[in-house]
Amino acid sequence: MTLHDPRALPLAARPDLWRPGRDPARQWLVIEPNRSQSHYWRELWCYRELFAILAWRDIAVRYKQTCIGVAWALIRPLLTMVVFTVIFGKLAKLPSDGNAPYAVLVFAGMLPWQFFSTALSSCAESLIANSNLLTKIYFPRIIIPAASIITSAVDFGFSLLILAALMLWYHWWPSWRLLSLPLWIGIAVAASIGTGLWLASLNVQYRDFRYVVPFLLQLGLYVSPVGFSSAIVPTHWQLLFSLNPMVAVIEGFRWAILGRGAYSPGPGFWLSMLVVGLLLYSGVRRFRRVELQLADVI
Amino acid sequence: MVIRVENLGKKYALHHQPPQRYRALRDSISQRAKATARLLNPFTLAAQLQRAQRQANREQQAAIEEFWALKDVNFEIQRGERVGIIGRNGGGKSTLLKILSRIVEPTTGRVEIRGRVASLLEVGTGFHPELSGRENIYLNGAILGMSRREIQLKFDEIVAFAEMEQFLDTPVKHYSSGMYVRLAFAVAAHLEPEILVVDEVLAVGDAVFQERCIGKMWTAAENDGKTILVVSHSIAIIQSICNRILLCQQGRVQWHHEVAAGIAAYQQSCSLGPGNRKPSPPRAAAAAQSTAIRSLWLEDRDGRPAERFAIGDPMLVRLELSLASTPGSRQRLIPGFGITDAAGQRLATLNGFLLKPIRSGPADPEIMTAKLWIESLPLVPGIYCLDISLADSPTSMLAVFPDSIRFRIDESDYYQSGFLPGHGQGPLLIRAQLSLA
Repeated sequence: MTLHDPRALPLAARPDLWRPGRDPARQWLVIEPNRSQSHYWRELWCYRELFAILAWRDIAVRYKQTCIGVAWALIRPLLTMVVFTVIFGKLAKLPSDGNAPYAVLVFAGMLPWQFFSTALSSCAESLIANSNLLTKIYFPRIIIPAASIITSAVDFGFSLLILAALMLWYHWWPSWRLLSLPLWIGIAVAASIGTGLWLASLNVQYRDFRYVVPFLLQLGLYVSPVGFSSAIVPTHWQLLFSLNPMVAVIEGFRWAILGRGAYSPGPGFWLSMLVVGLLLYSGVRRFRRVELQLADVI
Repeated sequence: MVIRVENLGKKYALHHQPPQRYRALRDSISQRAKATARLLNPFTLAAQLQRAQRQANREQQAAIEEFWALKDVNFEIQRGERVGIIGRNGGGKSTLLKILSRIVEPTTGRVEIRGRVASLLEVGTGFHPELSGRENIYLNGAILGMSRREIQLKFDEIVAFAEMEQFLDTPVKHYSSGMYVRLAFAVAAHLEPEILVVDEVLAVGDAVFQERCIGKMWTAAENDGKTILVVSHSIAIIQSICNRILLCQQGRVQWHHEVAAGIAAYQQSCSLGPGNRKPSPPRAAAAAQSTAIRSLWLEDRDGRPAERFAIGDPMLVRLELSLASTPGSRQRLIPGFGITDAAGQRLATLNGFLLKPIRSGPADPEIMTAKLWIESLPLVPGIYCLDISLADSPTSMLAVFPDSIRFRIDESDYYQSGFLPGHGQGPLLIRAQLSLA
């Protein structure tokens, strides 16, 4: 390499590579005990590339390791949907919402639930699984659980395709309400991150917590309206039922996809939203407290 | 000034009760339940209640012992200084590096850093075995703090440096360990931070490649006035890279402006028994200036130069020392060879006092030629260093060349049993027979 080669220049002399965010070269970085960072979120933004590449790694590895990686993402929700439709719709003869096919009703509930549950379990395991990174390199730790959710989001994307196929099969034409889907997805993501951060930090502190997570998820499946419509829940139980943050998300999905769900944004909806908000806020707070000691404990 | 450290301290709590570092939820619950049960016992009166409380506190204190890995650490590093951090194991070197690279939080004190810090505490952090070499370059680069554009720009350079164009799309799990380390090093060597923090990682990989990596980092530091902090057990590496020494001993640090003085202080701290006598520095310095290793290489049983040996293999060390103006009588000069493991621990010493040397010809006044035939290397697999020394009496060394050459011991069926001696089974391989009835 000659001296005239532009690559030979030091980085600071390359304005095109010099990122002001990540390069606090001219400011002092202060490390102190229990220093709550004022730039927490700004710093997080600076590490967005690392976030992207870690998410990409998880996806690449997942679809490389299992030769039926993509197929798996399709088979799982499909089979569950068939089982739920047969058991709840055909055997238990539970009512659908309006005249929607029961299979579509189940699948519309299944989509957010499966996203939520896979996101939670990968979030809970993420810190332990990446402990080699956490003990060797600094970055905002929240990137790890957040990136682990992306794999579930990709699976969710595949499931959306199945839903589209299913709706075509049943000639079910969605209404304008379908446009509200991103809102519901956003709430699902917020609920997953909030709960996921809680589980991730508990999992680091108490290593046997990992046995609790599958149990919680199994329980959650039954107290969420996945296989049935919320309409069959007695009115006086509705408010208690809404404490489950996924109730609002699932019913929101049904509202958007089936058109006329059993759902109206009443107090139950706002209660669910409040729970999601609380989970997200407390989850982030707790995680930020735990992340300071992460490398010492893990 | 780029780094200022004030009153830095790091305390660890050693939990005696559960040997694990992490807690289990059930332990927490059962401990609390026990304490509560003791308090709720209907037969306990107020006094007993207090005693129970005290007992519980005492149990808790007995379970936790405080340990200061670093205490009252103060130093300042100027721009462009290349600081070698040395000290014996447990001296706090790694803790210091981890605090500086923001991986762990200090318990007390304050650190101020100016500039982009890249820390290299491990080679190939985050490498994923399922991903290809190409993918791992991007992954590892991003983890070490390079932007995607930066990696794209340097990609060809990295690949050329690692010399592995044809394996770029092979998953890393199929790489040999040498290739793996080469690729990881190549990425690391292309980091361009203002402050580079390196831990011990230089001790792996083949010697030639290692040399190139160190060379690259060193020239980069020289040219752009980069600040480097290196932790290493290898005096040779410290001497070749650093111009300042930070000596860590039992959680305290000593700042040395002179590398030689720092290393001397370190060696002083290492010498424990009377068997490990260091030469007095001025005499050694004079001899070290006039004595030099002309050539040094290792040969295997067939007389071929080698740097890898199997367990139990023979080894021939060939050494030529030039003694232009070494003080003392030529006849009385005796070379010594020390085998040291990668952690800096001396395993064996072979010198002309312990072994009766065979004179094969008249002594050349300028050059000393020595051949050391080692019949068997009963060493566990790993990397070892050979230290060379020159002495004129058993108690006084004229010159020491620590870590002059390295060799590697590969796994082999030393006991011819079909089982390989492994790590964690101790450093000694003892020839033995076992009879069973």
